[in-house]
Amino acid sequence: MSSLPRPFDTARVPRVDAVGIEERASALGKRSIKKAAKVAGIKLAISMLDLTTLEGKDSEGKVRQLCQKGMRPLPGDPTVPHVAAICVYPNLVAVAKDALGNSGVKVASVASGFPAGLVPLSAKLDDTRLAVEAGADEIDMVIDRGAFLSGDYEKVASEIVAIKDACGDAHLKVILETGELETYDNVRKASRLAMIYGADFIKTSTGKIAPAATPGVVLVMLEAIRDFFFETGRRIGMKPAGGIKTSKQALHLLVLVKETLGDAWLTPDLFRIGASTVANDLLMQLAKEASGRYQNEDYFTKD
Amino acid sequence: MATVREEEASKARAARHVEREKPALEFGSAWEYSPAPESRDHVRLEDRYGLFIGGKFVPPKSKKYFPTINPATEETLAHVAEANAADVDAAVRAAEEAGRKWSKLKPADRGKYIYRVARILQEKSRELAVIETMDGGKPIKESRDVDIPLVVAHFFYHAGWADKLEYAFPRHTVSPIGVCGQIIPWNFPLLMAAWKVAPALACGNTVVLKPAETTPLTAMALAKVCQEADLPPGVVNIVTGAGETGAALVNHPRVKKIAFTGSTDVGKIIQRATAGSGKRLTLELGGKAANIIFEDAPIDQAVEGIINGIYFNQGHVCCAGSRLLVQESIADVVLQKLSDRIATLRMGDPLDKNTDVGAINSKMQLDKIRELVACGVEEGAELHQSSCPIPSKGYWFPPSFFTGVAQSHRIAREEIFGPVLTVMTFRTPDEAVEKANNIPYGLSAGVWTDKGSKIFKITAKMRAGVVWANTFNKFDPTSPFGGYKESGFGREGGVHGLRAYVELG
Repeated sequence: MSSLPRPFDTARVPRVDAVGIEERASALGKRSIKKAAKVAGIKLAISMLDLTTLEGKDSEGKVRQLCQKGMRPLPGDPTVPHVAAICVYPNLVAVAKDALGNSGVKVASVASGFPAGLVPLSAKLDDTRLAVEAGADEIDMVIDRGAFLSGDYEKVASEIVAIKDACGDAHLKVILETGELETYDNVRKASRLAMIYGADFIKTSTGKIAPAATPGVVLVMLEAIRDFFFETGRRIGMKPAGGIKTSKQALHLLVLVKETLGDAWLTPDLFRIGASTVANDLLMQLAKEASGRYQNEDYFTKD
Repeated sequence: MATVREEEASKARAARHVEREKPALEFGSAWEYSPAPESRDHVRLEDRYGLFIGGKFVPPKSKKYFPTINPATEETLAHVAEANAADVDAAVRAAEEAGRKWSKLKPADRGKYIYRVARILQEKSRELAVIETMDGGKPIKESRDVDIPLVVAHFFYHAGWADKLEYAFPRHTVSPIGVCGQIIPWNFPLLMAAWKVAPALACGNTVVLKPAETTPLTAMALAKVCQEADLPPGVVNIVTGAGETGAALVNHPRVKKIAFTGSTDVGKIIQRATAGSGKRLTLELGGKAANIIFEDAPIDQAVEGIINGIYFNQGHVCCAGSRLLVQESIADVVLQKLSDRIATLRMGDPLDKNTDVGAINSKMQLDKIRELVACGVEEGAELHQSSCPIPSKGYWFPPSFFTGVAQSHRIAREEIFGPVLTVMTFRTPDEAVEKANNIPYGLSAGVWTDKGSKIFKITAKMRAGVVWANTFNKFDPTSPFGGYKESGFGREGGVHGLRAYVELG
């Protein structure tokens, strides 16, 4: 294992006050998003979706159906944008790539022994290379939480460096699995570590552990991104994932971004929402804004 | 070929370098919130309000009325009566008469009345919040989420004390004082009324309340709630008017106690007037609180604390954290974050649910803020202001802060009572404590550090009635509130607050 370009300095990680961060995050949840702002916000959220299927029973058929949904979330309405990416396991990258063609929807693949990350580095690298060779535009890796919690930052960091290298041109999202890190201080520390050693995006969770993308956790990570931007001039992206089911939650996330990082981050290039079920609620709210009435779930495709 | 690539690489490096020199966040129009005004349709205001004396609204003997306006639009909302000395006398006599029965009522029954008032206020929360915002200019999110819930909590809390007073003062017999004259300010109109009325009633007193002349409408709503709750007539009387009405109340010989919240100047006048009269007095006056940020603070949350400390209620808060003391080693970072943060504050229609900063309460107050800010600029401090758009009508002042401020600047000594922060730096904890206490006021203070032992060490040295650690502007009816030095004396809230409203035997 190559040694790090520079050691990780934990002293430079600012502390987080749990009461304060939750108060601020929940205050931003009270923004009233109505009418034109709601429609624009929902469309923006759809364009930022990493539509995800990460189940043991995933098959070619399932992935092709999901890709279709991603390209045209609301059949017949061209004002509804396509999603940002389809997120699958490495074995299904080629299928997704084929199904999506030149639609502009990217293929993201989890790799590095997702979701636990407890496989040897060589296996993580193989996993990553296989996904990239099959056409993945983006790699969602997990950090070794065991190593992180035991204080072995060097192991966590050097794995990120190595996987980033294996990614080539593919973008790297680093999953912290915040539910296992437990404290906001740990989330802040892991965010900084991931950004220093090669993350293009930092991502909250695998979706396999609860709690996942809570507003407090998302805000801590956005604040870490903000500090890193001022320190280096680099804009790192953010991806909350796990437990995001409603339009209200999605709009809350956009508010957090808008009022913490500003306009530059309100784009799919720098903000993604990892979810499998939120899409239909977004579409339902969109239809409601247009007609003034809620339609039942059978008016929206289940894929 | 190689040269081209090198050139490109060097260009890319230069581009990166430029980007590195000035990373800046932009809070613009990428995704605008639509207007989200709270409806005012359910609010019923009358054109004209009389004085609330003996359980009824009566026309003033003065025959005079004055308008109360919406400071965000300058529209007249209603006219209220101006009480003269004869009106005040009628109110005091009604209170005295009602006190004969009220003070003898079974304490548990007194509690029942106060509980009833609390429940009705709770039911009318939304309407009260809208009136408070229209009459005073504060954002609806504050009147809805802070003012009115605290009003309700104060009545519920004190209703509970009504039949337990002997447990609050063990080994004493507890009796009421009599008629209490209560004069309240315009920054938290209904909340200040609750702070005054609830404990007075719980202890068996009756009251004559004088709300501020710019914000009388929620007090009028409270009068109606008292009627609805069937509170015995005369237990609560409300007289509207300006300074002269207040003076008549203070000087009335049958008033046994004066409770005043307002400016230090008026507080001094009241203290002189009541001296030797045998009247009990509590004063809650001005402040110029230090908010101390140490280098080991949770910085992003501390910045939120600064924002909440000074821009909450447009800085019309006597315990506002108006003097920021930041450790030199982190001053640049904190100021950068503060600048970015004020760029996201939304100033405008107070009824809009997304408004963070509302209107300045009155033209007079706006003039005072402008005068002190101009003085700060003249004295050489550097003014930083949010560039938010300013509505064409109404009274507005954008969120502002001064850097390059020394203890000797006027803006660092005098209460501005507006959304204007003064920023000073310090090097060591001792210096922070010295600067924090080096002011004639002592109402509140804030300390920000992630180190627990430092919190205990520093807060113990603060000469201020309330000290917050890693938070700011938190209120609770169980917690006493009051000042040191020119910030006044006496406490409101908690067991301590009851002391001002009882005679102990």
